[in-house]
Amino acid sequence: MEGRCLDAQIKGVSTGTTILAATFDGGVVIGSDSRASIGGEYVSSKTINKVIQVHDQIFCCMAGSLADAQAVLKAAKFHLSFHSVQMESQPQVIAAASVLKDLCYKNKDELQAGFITAGWDRKKGPQIYVVSLGGMLISQQVTIGGSGSTYIYGYVDAKYRPDMSREECLQFATNALALAMGRDNVSGGVAHLVVITESGAEHVVVPGNKLPKFNDE
Amino acid sequence: MAAVASMFPMQQRVSAQNDLIPEWMREEVSTGTTIMAVEYDGGVVIGADSRTTTGAYIANRVTDKLTPIHERIFCCRSGSAADTQAIAEVVAYQLGFHSIELDEPPLVETAAHLFKASCYRYREELTAGILVAGWDRRRGGQVYCVPIGGMLVRQPVSVGGSGSTYIYGFMDSNYKPNMTKEQCLELTASALTLAMERDGSSGGVVRLASISESGVERRVILGNQLPKIVSTH
Repeated sequence: MEGRCLDAQIKGVSTGTTILAATFDGGVVIGSDSRASIGGEYVSSKTINKVIQVHDQIFCCMAGSLADAQAVLKAAKFHLSFHSVQMESQPQVIAAASVLKDLCYKNKDELQAGFITAGWDRKKGPQIYVVSLGGMLISQQVTIGGSGSTYIYGYVDAKYRPDMSREECLQFATNALALAMGRDNVSGGVAHLVVITESGAEHVVVPGNKLPKFNDE
Repeated sequence: MAAVASMFPMQQRVSAQNDLIPEWMREEVSTGTTIMAVEYDGGVVIGADSRTTTGAYIANRVTDKLTPIHERIFCCRSGSAADTQAIAEVVAYQLGFHSIELDEPPLVETAAHLFKASCYRYREELTAGILVAGWDRRRGGQVYCVPIGGMLVRQPVSVGGSGSTYIYGFMDSNYKPNMTKEQCLELTASALTLAMERDGSSGGVVRLASISESGVERRVILGNQLPKIVSTH
C-alpha cells in the first residue's frame, strides 16, 4: 500500500524544508523556512537559518543531507576565498556554483546534497544557479527546492515574472514560502530572506505571525 | 537541523522475467491524475485531466474521469482505474435504489457516505481517491473529499490525484469564498493546466462540468486552448 501512495512523495532525498530563489530587475531574492525536524515528528529547531553566505554577495541554500551540505559548503567557502585572493577581485556567482558542482559531481557516490546558489556580480548581474543531486549545474531565473516546494510549483509557475520590482519579488517569495509552510508539515517557523543587489546583501526575516494568511481555517 | 534525509527507494526498473511482454502491459492501469472540485453559491464546478497510464504508456489520453452517479451528483476519480470504476458503479446502483425508495432526488451527502462506506471497508485492497460533488435542494452545492483510506470530509474546494500536490499553493492563494460560477471555472481550468504542466501522470485535455439546480453543463478545453500561464522555464 505504501508503494502506491502519492506518486509525488517519491522524489529522491529531500530535506524537510522549502527553499527558493528568484531574480528581479536589479537583483535576486533567496529564501528558506526555518524548521529542523527529526523524522517529521519533532521540531528540533524552530529558527535555524538555512541561507548560508559563501561570499560578500553570494548566498547558498542547501537541500538533501544536512551533514553533506555543510561539509561541501565549508570546502566551497575555502576554495572560493582562495580563488578570490588569486584573482584579486570579487568572485563571480558562477565560480561559486562551479565549485559546488565540482564537489558534488566528483563525490557523487558518497554525497547526497544539492544547492541553490544566488548572487550578484559585476559581469552578469543577478544570477541563480542550481546544483542538483548528481552534480548537474543549470542557471534559472526562478527555482524552488526541498520537500515543501512540490506544493508551490503551480503558484510559482503562475505568479513569477522576470521583470518584477524588489518589493514585488520580496512579496512573491514571502507568499510562496508561506504557502509551502502552510501545507508541508516539515517546513515552518519564520521566513528567512536575503535580497542581493549591486549595493550589497540585506537580510529580511518575517516571523511566523506576520506571514501572509491564505484561507487559514 | 537533524539529518532528516527522507529516503524514498528509487524504483529500480530491472526488466527481469519476461522481456517479451512490454513493460507497459505489466503495469497496473492507473489514473495518476489531477482532479478538482469547487463549491459556489448555487452549485459546484468539477474538473479533471484526461490521462490514464500503465507505467510510462498512456493507455487513454482522452479519459473521462468525471463520472455521473446520479442526475446532479458526480464523482471525480483518481488512483487505480479499475478500483474507482468498480466503486462508482456500486455506489451508482445503491444510490439509484435509495432514490427510488425515497421517491425524491438523493442528497450529495448520502452519495458521499456510500463512497466512504465502500472505500473504508475495503481500504486494504483499494487505491481510490474520490471527490464527490453535486447539488441537492437541501444544502445546495457541496464537495466531499474521500481520499485513500476512506476518510470523509466536506470542503469548499478540494483537489486530488498525483498532480494535486503541485497546485496546493496556487489554490490556497487564489481561492476566495463566495466566487461566481465563471470564476470557479476559470480557477479550475488554470489550476488543472498548471498541474498538467508539472505532473507527468496528468495531461491531455481539461474536462469541466458545472452542476446546479438547472442541471449539468459539460465542457472540454483542448490542449491548444488551455489558458496561457507565463512560463518560467
